[in-house]
Amino acid sequence: MNDNDLAGGEVIELEIPARAEFVALARLVVSALAASDSSLADERIDDLKLAVSEACTNAIEAHSAAGTSEGVLVRCKAGVDTVEVYVEDRGHGFDPAQLPDHPPVTDPDRLKFERGLGIPLIRALVDEVEFSPTDKGTSVRLVMRHGTNGTHS
Amino acid sequence: MDLGLDVEERDGFAVLSVRGEVDVYTAPRFRERLIELVSEGKHKIIVDLEGVDFLDSTGLGVLVGGLKRLRSHDGDLLLVCTQSRILKVFEITGLTKVFSIFDSVDAAVSGGADGGAAT
Repeated sequence: MNDNDLAGGEVIELEIPARAEFVALARLVVSALAASDSSLADERIDDLKLAVSEACTNAIEAHSAAGTSEGVLVRCKAGVDTVEVYVEDRGHGFDPAQLPDHPPVTDPDRLKFERGLGIPLIRALVDEVEFSPTDKGTSVRLVMRHGTNGTHS
Repeated sequence: MDLGLDVEERDGFAVLSVRGEVDVYTAPRFRERLIELVSEGKHKIIVDLEGVDFLDSTGLGVLVGGLKRLRSHDGDLLLVCTQSRILKVFEITGLTKVFSIFDSVDAAVSGGADGGAAT
């Protein structure tokens, strides 16, 4: 990530301890900034809030798996037409392309999958998502644009 | 963050009403309560999500786990939800086809007893 990505607009940066109780704080901060500074509809702010929750949950799990006590960085930039959120972890990284596909919902085996729903949700909810490896872990970039119609799956 | 988990009996069903936000922090309590109910022998459970303000994939995981556990006891887990922002999470993940989702506890009680579902 470089600062050009966040040029213009209000920026909030916060580092949350990599613990489950702080995911609600990340949701709250991102939705408050999006509500005050962007023209996103409430429904789309709810979608972004959910995507942020999923990304932060994954980051915290990555930290726990990596055994690091470092925090998770959440950076949110809200302009009138675009809200961008970065969630950066210091876990071991992962390849989203390697995620297993879930069996079709009509297959009884579908019930074996209690996890792994977060990334498909993120992809369906935001206008743009990017998973990039960093030297320390993974950076997830979520983008919501005003004027697009929401869920695209 | 508060998570409300109240249980009442209704015509042979245990109705678990969930209030507040269900995420990675609160989901373990929700999971434990469901497991407790099953181990108390309650195999027909209605989870009322009308008081839920937020639910993410960890909450979905608890519900999928609960359904699986109940089906292994020949039981069932029915949902009550009319809020579009919560229903949306089930729709995106395809779980509307896995769960029977009703408009009210009354509808779930009568629908569940017939073995039918609204969706």
